Formats: sequence, structure tokens, C-alpha cells
Amino acid sequence: MSDVVAALQGAVYDGFAKVEAAGPRGMITVKGDLAASVLKNATTGVAGVDFPGQGEANCVGEKGICWMAPDEVLVLVPYAEVPDAVGRMEKVLAGTHHLIANVSDARALFFVSGLDAREVIAKLTPADVSPSAFRPGQFRRTRLAQVPAAFWMRDAETFEVICFRSVARYVFDLLKTAALPGSEVGYF
Amino acid sequence: MSTRLASGGRLLDRAKALEFSFNGKRMTGFQGDTLASALLANGQTLVGRSFKYHRPRGIVASGAEEPNALVNLGQGPRHEPNQRATTTELFEGLKATSQNHWPSLEFDVGVINNYASKFLPAGFYYKTFMAPRLAWKHVFEPFIRQSAGLGRAPKDRDPDTYEHFYAHVDVLVIGGGIAGLAAARQAGAAGAQVLLIEQTAHWGGRAPVDGAEIDGMPSEAWVRDTVEALEAAENIRLRTRCMGAGVYDHGYVLAYERLTDHDPHEGLPRHRLWKIRAKQVVTATGAIERPLSFAGNDLPGVMLASAVRDYAVNYGVSPGDRTVVVTNNDDAYRTALVLKQTGLEVPAIIDARFGSDGELVQAAKAAGIRIEFGRAVAKVKGRARVEGVAMTTQAGEGAVLEEIACDAVAMSGGWSPVVHLWSHCGGKLVWDADQAHFRPDPEVAPVGADGQGFVRAAGIASGAMGTAEVLADADAAGRAAAEATGHKKRRKAAPKAEPESPAPMAPVWVMPQGAGEALRSKMWLDFQNDVKVSDVELAAREGFESVEHTKRYTTLGMATDQGKLSNINGLAVLSQSLNQDIPQVGTTTFRPPYTPISMGAIAGEARGDIFQPLRRTPMHDWHEENGAHWEPVGHWRRPYCYQRPGESVEEAVHREVKNTRQALGFLDASTLGKILVKGPDAGKFLDMMYTNMMSTLKPGRCRYGLMCTENGFLTDDGVVARIDDETFLCHTTSGGADRIHGHMEEWMQTELWDWKVYTANLTEQYAQVAVVGPKAREALDLMGGMDLSAEALPFMGWAVGEIGGFKVRVYRISFSGELSYEIAVDAHRGRAFWDALLEAGAEFGAMPYGTEALHIMRAEKGFIMIGDETDGTVIPQDLGLDWAISKKKDDFLGKRAQARSHMVDPDRWRLVGLETLDGSVLPDGAYASAEGKNANGQRNVQGRVTSTYFSPTLSKGIAMGLVKRGPDRMGEVLEFPKIGGEAVKAKIVSPVFYDPEGEKQNV
Amino acid sequence: MLILHCPYCGVDADETELAPGGEAHLKRFGPDSSDEDFEGYLFHRENPKGVHFERWRHANGCGKWFHAARCTTTMEVFGTYSAQLTEPPKEICDKISGKRPGWSWRIFG
Repeated sequence: MSDVVAALQGAVYDGFAKVEAAGPRGMITVKGDLAASVLKNATTGVAGVDFPGQGEANCVGEKGICWMAPDEVLVLVPYAEVPDAVGRMEKVLAGTHHLIANVSDARALFFVSGLDAREVIAKLTPADVSPSAFRPGQFRRTRLAQVPAAFWMRDAETFEVICFRSVARYVFDLLKTAALPGSEVGYF
Repeated sequence: MSTRLASGGRLLDRAKALEFSFNGKRMTGFQGDTLASALLANGQTLVGRSFKYHRPRGIVASGAEEPNALVNLGQGPRHEPNQRATTTELFEGLKATSQNHWPSLEFDVGVINNYASKFLPAGFYYKTFMAPRLAWKHVFEPFIRQSAGLGRAPKDRDPDTYEHFYAHVDVLVIGGGIAGLAAARQAGAAGAQVLLIEQTAHWGGRAPVDGAEIDGMPSEAWVRDTVEALEAAENIRLRTRCMGAGVYDHGYVLAYERLTDHDPHEGLPRHRLWKIRAKQVVTATGAIERPLSFAGNDLPGVMLASAVRDYAVNYGVSPGDRTVVVTNNDDAYRTALVLKQTGLEVPAIIDARFGSDGELVQAAKAAGIRIEFGRAVAKVKGRARVEGVAMTTQAGEGAVLEEIACDAVAMSGGWSPVVHLWSHCGGKLVWDADQAHFRPDPEVAPVGADGQGFVRAAGIASGAMGTAEVLADADAAGRAAAEATGHKKRRKAAPKAEPESPAPMAPVWVMPQGAGEALRSKMWLDFQNDVKVSDVELAAREGFESVEHTKRYTTLGMATDQGKLSNINGLAVLSQSLNQDIPQVGTTTFRPPYTPISMGAIAGEARGDIFQPLRRTPMHDWHEENGAHWEPVGHWRRPYCYQRPGESVEEAVHREVKNTRQALGFLDASTLGKILVKGPDAGKFLDMMYTNMMSTLKPGRCRYGLMCTENGFLTDDGVVARIDDETFLCHTTSGGADRIHGHMEEWMQTELWDWKVYTANLTEQYAQVAVVGPKAREALDLMGGMDLSAEALPFMGWAVGEIGGFKVRVYRISFSGELSYEIAVDAHRGRAFWDALLEAGAEFGAMPYGTEALHIMRAEKGFIMIGDETDGTVIPQDLGLDWAISKKKDDFLGKRAQARSHMVDPDRWRLVGLETLDGSVLPDGAYASAEGKNANGQRNVQGRVTSTYFSPTLSKGIAMGLVKRGPDRMGEVLEFPKIGGEAVKAKIVSPVFYDPEGEKQNV
Repeated sequence: MLILHCPYCGVDADETELAPGGEAHLKRFGPDSSDEDFEGYLFHRENPKGVHFERWRHANGCGKWFHAARCTTTMEVFGTYSAQLTEPPKEICDKISGKRPGWSWRIFG
């Protein structure tokens, strides 16, 4: 739908790493018993990836599953597929104690890419993002400066960062400031 | 006069001359100079005035310990006071001015304080300026402010930017001298991830100046080779101009990197604050030479012996043609030798010891330098700078044996390890009587999360004095640190140096030892704060026996150098005065940062637009483009009102209220908290969370609910909608969403964990608009898509459907007393929906309204507002909300507390309406006076105003307030005194001023 | 600046990711409890110099509450554990006994 506009959609900053605000992405919170095969089936069924372990994100393209907490995962699908994905998962999980909520619009998504993308993130988060500590496949919920955020790596040079929609401008400005050309730390 | 030597200066690039200015005077230095070395090279020995007595002061040191050479740097918004010239690298165009003088550095009126110094002893301020209080404000303080103080704070916004960087390492080595290099080399060889930081721009520390040989090569070459090897290693990272500022719990270390101070660049971060988590920290922070306490030791031209040779060797600067060396140890002889080799005169070495046959002493003898053992400086001659020294016997009282003409004095009282970083997080010290200094006690190191020590001191910072000992100690520290982080791959031989055999130093705290009051009152301990030997002795006599008390009474060590030079000497004088041993007296507390760091670095990126996160609704941009006058609500920005051209804020608010009551208003209510609660026990859980019975709510219906804490106090309110059997959507206040979600999770996770409930905070998933006013239904019907009639969607019902092509959930709830629909759409469509509403509403005269109109309309209806009517001490019963407190439930949060005796006291202040007799608006927060006075002699009170507005609907002031037994006193008139004395009279009335029957909202 | 290991998500969390939640293992007294019991539950708190048990929430993280046993003077952390326990696990108590013989905290130790 043309009237669907993600927060800051289309904003780009070319610093020593590139910062981009992504378009709408489908994100679905699923809470329940992560050990239950029914929940694994429901989520992997719509995301088409393996179920993640603790602290992991299995993402391929716009789809994926991120481990949020011992009783929660975040299922990623293309924005347009959310109603169908929610419906399919509800059907599979019917009768079990669970919660499924569409949170696609509650979040903003950013891509931070480039050889030194790690340095942009490391200026803002107390989490260890050195190459030995954080690699593609891992998922980290933490804070960026003063707001909660989470990120994972699409590949060795690209972070996908999510935060709440209302602070999208703040987070974009943070990433932009951190990516200022000439402020490379040269650390990793 | 100090001057530049024709050759020499290992850190200089003499091919690159740099122009700079000091107090407007143009001067020239070289690339590689510090501001201090350049000033000395230009003959500028006078660089500032002391804090209290305005005495002339010159450069004493060559590093971070410098107490005197504090200057203003930069101009306008980049003006910065209290910058140490010794750690300021020179750059082209640098502009510095001296501080704390008036009218000029050379001629300072404040020096009168110097002659009055007898009347300004320790504790003078405490003793003199206590009373009368008015005199403090009008006489003493203005005078002291004029005459004291170091520099002026900049007035303008700092144009520079700053940032933070988080690093996680196995081993952090602080200090890039030979000890730090050796420690990093060994820790790196073991395979640990190592970060080595050095506060200056150069590696190697003092070793190249002091001429040590390491592994058979000059130390300078060894440093170069080692740095190259470390840089080549993948697991070792090195940073210069990066100072270890503070060591904190669990291996947290702050480091302060100065990126562009030496080479200003517009637009780049100026400083970077490193937030490091290190498994192990090695403090290879070196040592600081101590001054000696002799009369006139603060005159420009008296310098630390080590500084004198630093300036000569590193910067090719002569401190003067004739330099007398005063010492109690062998090390200072290096200075004499360096000066002699440079071709300068050393008229004498005055050594307080009875003798020494150390290698350096023999070398000085061989060089033909006159050495006077057992002698002391009785007094330095000269007014504004050194003209000579009067020599006496150290054992005596100061009878002058001989006057020696000189223009500089190099003093050394021995060396104190820099133990600051070791001590910040609890590392203890031991007194080393041989070296007369405190050094880290390796038995009592700062402990980390595992209870094991995580800081190791290395090299001279741990008390190892000779080059050979320093290298062995640092190598072992590096190896041990790596081992403690689980690395022990391979062992590398420690670097070696020839052992030295200096003669012992002799502790000398006062020179000469029998000096009388006249001399002692000219012996400076703390140069920056003007604290003298006599001040510390006076403090001791007056009973300030604790070193912490003495510090505060005398201000010893309280200046910006934090006692780096003065501490041990001050302690020694205090301990002598108290007849106690120095370790018994102990040290004052070492607090971070090691040297001052910029406020900008602490703030990092948090400034300007990103000073704090601003939360924006999907409609934020529209509000901004349409005259929104903002109100902060938590981190949200909500429109207070929308101001039209030519309209005051108040007029805008009144227009919005009237329009909403008469026609149609739109409120961006997206900030309201929306928490999904789901599970078989969801109803039971909400019965616990809310005072109301929520489990009986029918799907499709809404209920207003109250939440209390276990204290019984009202903490939040909002409308709960039951979605289906297992699912509820709980609305919270705008500011309360995260807090209430956290509150629910806390109870779920930590007390009711066997209940089957999940929550999700969906606040930001939806944009929400309140469509309010008599025309609300007509306008929405025009957009079309769902039946919004009273029959299809009655008051306090909700429904899903489509309006104008948008998928919506509509709640028939009202916070204004008007016909009202709160409509939620997906946030990504929020702006489009808002635009569609405005378009459809245009023909009905729709206008958006802000939070103030919302507040007024709710007050007209007598609806409470969390944070206005509540303040954390108010229970629902106080607000007449008993109807929302279930009597049927066995338990809910706050139930037990509300049964406590004070909570059921009939005298509690309760909610009422207040109507002024003259129709005016009561002042917000005003108290209603009562008869009599309380125990403090204050007038008794019997109530207060919680909300007060001019009601455009009723054309008069309306208010709500909490009044003692309020609802029982309808019609009574209370007096509310205003600031200034006169009182406003107001009658107690019902808090519902408008449409008490609720006819307008339920149509 | 503490680091506490979150037993729920396995992250060694920086203090700035955490929110403190006061004393651990409070026993709730609800309706019908005596004034004394309720007062104790609501207001009386330990303030030890040494071994202490606390509640923390991994607020900027997985959002879970957990318990931590630590020393308030040295900041040594003896362990973190589930919030769904009404008393400290034995292995943590044993560990504390090894390091702080004779310790006691409320009814434990």
C-alpha cells in the first residue's frame, strides 16, 4: 500500500560507513514455549529458516527468526506477508499458551554497512562487537546510547539495527554522528 | 633567562617553525614543542599568578603534574581555561593567555594578598567569613570571586564534537613508557588481546631522556623497535594521546583520547572517551618527582630536576645559564650532567645527604661539578625570578653560608610512583621507607567480579626504581596479566638493562630541617593553591589530625593538579607535626579522573539534537509544520496547542477547546501506552494489577481501570479493552507505558510466575487519534466503512473495521465528555490516516487540539490526571474513585496497604472542585490555609490545588484540589494565600463542572 | 560499573543495560496479613556491608528479572540465578561460605 511509510524511510547517510533507514519490514513477536516443537514448526514454517538458539539470529533476505528471550522470538517476514504469517502461526499454535503480536510498525530498521561498520556500533553500545565476539548469526539486544535497540549482522560488513519507531530519528542521528568521515577509530 | 639552545631537542622538528601567541605577544616554536617548552624557549618564565597570593609563578614540571602553567587556550566559544601548558602540544596559530591576574601578568594588584599572607592563613575563609550572613553575600564573596579563581568558564556553546568508544580487551596497559611497552610486549606474546595507551604523543616515557640502555641498545632505539613490533602484532593495539583517566569496578576503565587538540580540525571529534572493559589492567604510569620544601621554592626558575633535563634533552631548551641542583638523591645528578654536557653552567649541586658514591655522583665529580653534601637551600634569592640561592647546612636553622648566583634551580626530593589508577578502585598502598614513597601493595589489589585482583602496577609505578628492575617488573606484570586472562602460549625473554647502584636517598621534608617560622611560611607545598609548610603545621596545631580534614582545611591538593606534586610532602609535614609515622597518617583518597577531562568528552555524542532521545509519533512532522507549541511528556513531544499566526498560546488553547466542544477536534493520542496481555490467566492477572475487576469485562467492551503500587498509591490509570477470552489491551498514560509494562513484567516474572500470561508492549505499533466532538460521528460516517452508530458501537465499546479504507480498531471512550472515538491504525499508516481525517473533517470545522485543551476538557469533567491529582502519596479513595475499587476481589496490588490506619483516616485530603468567588484562576499548587501554626511555626494548611484552569466553556476559573475531609464540606469557602500575601477565596464544589449527567458523551 | 551475567540470555551485561530492583527474596504479605508482617514486607530492608542478594532486570536486553549475590564492599559477584526462586541456590551459598565464612543474610547463611 502506498500510504505505508516506515519511520524515516529512505533516509541515507554516507559516512565512513553507510547508514540507511529501511522500508517497512514485517516483524512478529512470538512468545511461548521455545522448546515446544509446535512453536518451532509455526515460526520456521513462515520464516523458512532454522530455529535459532540462545542469542542467535537466523536471517536470510527479509526473512528470519531472532532469539529475543527464553520465551520469545522475533519472526521477520516481508511486510506484506504479515497478516498471512500471523494467521498461519495462530493456526499452528491454537490451543497452546502463546502470544503473537504484529510489531512491524512499532519498530524502525536501519542498515549500517561498510568495512568499519563495527566501529559505528561500538561508539554507541556497551556490547562487545569485536569480530571475535560478534559475528553474523548472532543477535544482541542492548542499548544504543540512551535507547534500547537490537542488532544482528547480515554479513561481515552489514549490521541490521532495530529500535522503537518513535526514536527512529534519534537512532539515525546517532548512527550518522558515529559514522562521521574522519572519525574512524581504526580499532577493529 | 630560559632560552632555546642552538642544537638538540630529540622531539623537535627544527625545520618546522610554528607561530603562536601568549598574552597577545607573538612567539615562535617548533613542531614537537609543548606550549611550555616553547614559552621557555621564548624566555617566558613567568606564566601565571598563584591562586591566593597572586605570586608570580613559572613552569615547574614537564608533564601532567604541572601546577602553575595553567593557561586559557582558544578564543570565543573555543575558549578553555586551566589548560596545562606542559601537556599542550604546540600548533600553528595557538593562542594562549595567562590566568588569575589583574590588570596584567607582570603587574598584578592582587599581589597585595601576598603581603597580607600573614592574615590569610589556613582555614582563613572558615574562620573569618562565617558571620554575619549578609556580609558573606555582599562583601566577602564578591571580593573573593574577584581576586581568587583560576580562569573563566567559556560562555558560548562549544562548537566542537566529541564521542565515546567501547572497547573490550583482555589486557589494558596504561602508560607507554618502557614499562608499559615491556608489559604489553609480554602480554601480547602470550596471545592476549592487548590495548596499550599513552597519554603523551610519544612512546618511551623518561627512558630516552635518562639515557638508559636496553638489550644493548640506546633506549630510544629499543623503544622504536618495540613499538614497531607491537604495531605489527594483530592482537595488540596502541594509542597515543590517550590517557587512562579512571579505573572502576569490574575492569571498567575510562580513557581520554585527545584527537585534534594538537592539530585542530573543524568538524572532527575533538576528544574521544574510551569506555573500556578490561579483564586485566596493568598500570605502567611511571612516577612523579617531588619538589623540596625550601623558602622561595615557588619562584619562577625553580623547577623539578627531571623537568629541567626534559626541556634540555627533548626540546633543546635551557632553563637558564646557571642552574643550581638541589637534591636528596642520586637521580638529580643526571640533570647536572645533562646541563654540563649541553655547555651550561652548574655552579653547584646542593645535596642534603652526608655523602654518596653512586655512579652518577662520581660522574658529576669527574665532570668537575662542585658538590656540596650536607647542605641545603636556605632561601631562593630574587623577586620575580631566581637570582641566586643562599646555601646553608641541612642540619641547621638556615644561617647563610654562601650565596650562589644562578638563574635556575633544579630540585629533586625523590620520586613518587603514580598510584592514582591503582588506587581508584580500592588498591592499597604500602610505605617504602627506603624511597620515602607510597607504592602499590600487590597483596591488596583492586578486585574484580571474581574476587581476584584485576590491576597490576608495573615498572616504577610499582616502586621498581632502576631500568633493569623496571623492565623485569613490567615484563612479569604483562605475563601475569595475560595468564590471568587464560593466555600462556609462549614465553619471551624479558628485556634487559645493566643494573645500577645508586646510593640511598634521604627523606628531606623541610630544608633546612631546623627552619623557623619565617622560612617555613615561604616554603610552598601546593603551588597551585598556595599552601605552605606553615599552613599544614597550623592545621595540625588546630586539631585537624586526619589527613582528609587537613586537606580540606588548608586546600592542600585540592587544586586542578589534585596534589600530584604536593601530596607526599604535605603528608610528611603533617606527620611530623603530629609526631606520627607517615603510613599512620595515610594518604587522601585518589579519585578519578587522573587529570581533568573535558565535559564534552563525558557528554560524548549526547548534545544538540541528540542530547536525549526525542520520541516522535507518526504525525510529528505534521504537528511541526502546523504551529505545534510543544510539551514534553516523558521523552515524547506532544503538541500543547497549535498556534495560528497572530494568536497567543492561550488563545489557541481556548479556540481548540471551544471548537472541540462545539464541532470537532482531533487529538494525536498515539503516545498512550498499549499493552497486550494474553493467556489463560490474563483476567486473573489483571484483577491483581488493577483495583477494578477486569476478569468480568466482556469481549468488545472497555473499562476504566486504576493501578496502584503495593503501597496502595495510585500509579497509573487507563482504559482496558477485552479483545477476546484470553486477551486484553491495556491503555496506560503517555508517560507510563514503559514503566507499567515493566511493572506488569516484574510481578509476572518475580511473584506470579506460575500464572500463564504473556505481555507485549504495543504502544508504538499503533497511531491513535481521538476524534472528538458533536460532529465526530458525522465526519467518520463521511469517510465510511463501518457502522459507528450508538447501537452498533455503544459508549465504552470497541470494534474493528475499516474507515476511509484504513483498517482500524475504534474505542468509544471519552476523556473530554464529548462524543468521542479513539481510533487506532498501524503506525506506518498513521500519517496517511491523520491526513484523511483532516480532509474529511474540514467541512465540519475540524481542528486538531493539543494537550492543554485535553487537560482543560478533562478538568471541566472532573477527570483526574495521573501526576496532577496524584503525586505518589494519593490513594484512589482520596480521589472519590471508590467505585473503581473492587470489594469482591480477595487481592490486588495495594489492597492491603489501603487498609492501613492512615489510609482509612477520615481526615485525609480528598478531591473536590474549587471555584473562586471572583471567577479568577487559582494559582497552581496553592495551599489552603487553616487556623494555627505547626511545630515549625508555619501556618497550618488544609488542602491544595492540584489542577487549575480558565475554562473557556464556562468562562471562569475552575480547579480541583485535595482538601481535608473535602467532600464533606461542600459550599465552604477556603482561603488560598498567594505569593505576596493576599489570598484568593474559593468555594468547595463538585469537581464535575460540565455536563455532570454525561449526556454529551453517551449519544 | 558492574557486569552481571544474565542467567536468561547468557549475556554478560554492562550495568548500563540493567535496572536495579532492590532486595531479593522478599516474601509478600497481602490482604489479611498483620500490620507487623506487612510493614516488614513493605519497608524493612537489609543494608549489609558485605554479602547481599539483589534483584536486577536485564532491561536493555532480554527484559528478564534475575537474582544476583554479591559483596557490597568489594563488588565481587558470587553468582546470578533465576528470579523464580524463593531462596538462593545451594551452590551459591556454598561458594559464599568458602569466601566469606560465617556470613549470614536474613534467614540464610
